[in-house]
Amino acid sequence: MDWLNAGVQGVLLGGQYALLACGLSLIFGVMRIVNLAHGVLAVLAAYLSLVLVEQGLPLWLAVVVVVPVFAALGYAVQRGLFNPALAQVGGGARGGSGGGSRGAGELAPLLVSFGVAVALTNLLQVVFSADTRKIPTGGLASAGLPLGDLSVGVLPLITLAVAVAVIAAVQLFLARTATGRAMRAVADDAGAAAMMGVDPKHMYAVATALAFATLALAGVFVGMSTQFSSGYGDLVLLFAFEAVIIGGLGSLWGTLAGGVVLGLAQTIGAQIDPQSGVLAGHLVFLAVLVVRPGGLMPRSVPA
Amino acid sequence: MSGPAAVAPSTPPATPPTAPTVTRGGRGSWVGGGAMLLVVVLLAAVVPYAVTLGALSSLVMLFALVILGTTWNLLAGYGGMVSVGQQAYVGVGGYALIQLADAVGAPPWAAVLAAGLVGAAIALPTSYLVFRLAGGYFAIGTWVVAEVFRLVTMQIDGLGGGTGLSLSAFRGTDRVERVAFVYWFALALMVAVVLGTYLLMRSRVGLGLTAIRDDRVAASSLGVAVDRGRRLVYVAGSAGAALAGALIALSTLGVTPGSIYSVNWTAAMIFIVVVGGIGTIEGPIVGAVLYWVLQQALAPLGTWYLVVLGAVAVAVVLLAPRGLWGLAAGRYQLFPTTHHVRPLAASATVAPRTGR
Repeated sequence: MDWLNAGVQGVLLGGQYALLACGLSLIFGVMRIVNLAHGVLAVLAAYLSLVLVEQGLPLWLAVVVVVPVFAALGYAVQRGLFNPALAQVGGGARGGSGGGSRGAGELAPLLVSFGVAVALTNLLQVVFSADTRKIPTGGLASAGLPLGDLSVGVLPLITLAVAVAVIAAVQLFLARTATGRAMRAVADDAGAAAMMGVDPKHMYAVATALAFATLALAGVFVGMSTQFSSGYGDLVLLFAFEAVIIGGLGSLWGTLAGGVVLGLAQTIGAQIDPQSGVLAGHLVFLAVLVVRPGGLMPRSVPA
Repeated sequence: MSGPAAVAPSTPPATPPTAPTVTRGGRGSWVGGGAMLLVVVLLAAVVPYAVTLGALSSLVMLFALVILGTTWNLLAGYGGMVSVGQQAYVGVGGYALIQLADAVGAPPWAAVLAAGLVGAAIALPTSYLVFRLAGGYFAIGTWVVAEVFRLVTMQIDGLGGGTGLSLSAFRGTDRVERVAFVYWFALALMVAVVLGTYLLMRSRVGLGLTAIRDDRVAASSLGVAVDRGRRLVYVAGSAGAALAGALIALSTLGVTPGSIYSVNWTAAMIFIVVVGGIGTIEGPIVGAVLYWVLQQALAPLGTWYLVVLGAVAVAVVLLAPRGLWGLAAGRYQLFPTTHHVRPLAASATVAPRTGR
């Protein structure tokens, strides 16, 4: 029964990881940037909603405030930091899918995002101290639905449902809307898209805004379910990244599957040895890297 | 222990202008190399007798930072691989030193060198794993590996779990003697690592690495062994990080998993290389000195210090991508790795240059 419980909890945990991974995957898919500040930004969103809730706002209203604020922040970060970093690569927006020389190209955006991560992590520590915090949910975090002999947490269930809804919405947006099509066009060939009248810089910023909105939502769910502190962003980044890689690059539904695999690995690992849950997740990730590298390195990754 | 000047190239031969002359360095490199040799001599022969023991220990940290910066630059600046997980090898080096010195009983200097070898030996199989990831995903993948190293270290019996280990090999040694030994040894190691990196980059292998960094596909099509080159850089860079980790453990007399495997080591390496000047030998030295000075000066600020560090790194990447050395020195090289071609005087309107 403990094992079954671990399995159910693992699947539900996977929803949280998939939600976290969504923004990372989106930014990488559109502009080949790996945003190393992803985790700490999710923690920032958790802190912001914590502050709002402590000011007396209901939680849902805090979410309604934080998510658009993060979308705006994402647009600004892309315009102010990532676009200039990308421009160092090949002058202006990225050229065609051929891309020219890329060895040094990935350097600037990576280093910029790492600098942001270091600065922001420590800024959060200055402001909020290193103590762990949790967003008060008024009993929601501990509520459970009886399912046979098991008790299924309401909050993880909501998180999984939100993750599925967000992924479906992003997929629909990319597939069906004019902006989504333009975004895919820019991802495929920024130069050609620019000639068709799409502004790649604007499109990159819209993608980052969307990614930041999903990561803010994910951050709030992390803050409700987990004791977090300023340093928790590192783990968030690693978990989101592992979900993306286990699931396979380029597919958001794959990311959901990856999140579930990671969640299962962690809960089952913790069932075997309570100290080793996180380690078990890392090891499953490395095992996937060894056994299924073909599915993990599609051609869209710069060789 | 020889200074940089000893390996600086010869000045251009006084050939009549019948052919273009190809030179490396020049008078500037001789003067700069001489100045650096002087600094090393001062550090070795004068400084230890002029400053306090505390200052000497702090200088050991500077030497370790130079090693960390130089070897991270080897990865990112010459190999094009941004690793956020080099703290894995700092940690391996620290733990290996203490195990080799205390459990095996090796003399401390041998234990440090062996710790570097342990780092290399672990980096080789690890490279097959992390090389499956490209670009930014390589960066986070190396971070995962570092976390695995930390978590596994904490689970191994006899490595002290979460509290770490302390070094007892120096028990009974006079404090002055100990600090002086660590200081001179660290200085020698730093000079060896910088010179070794310089010689590597001047070699055929180094030329291939630069080509790989600039365009991997083109380099491969010209016959550069891309995978072997990158693997060599990864192993050498990780061995350097392990040496630095061993020095740090030797100087602080202990390790804890939280601090020796901290991602802040990588943050320091990135700051040192980016601010100093990526892809140059001189840059990481400049960056390490600046980092060390800032660390001493901003220590009262506590955590704010890292906030400033991150912000400065972002600003330098965006506004001065060639770093302080690039801004200050331009094409001038203390460690000349590239050639300068001077065509015949009559047609010398444009002097083509190689490298960088």
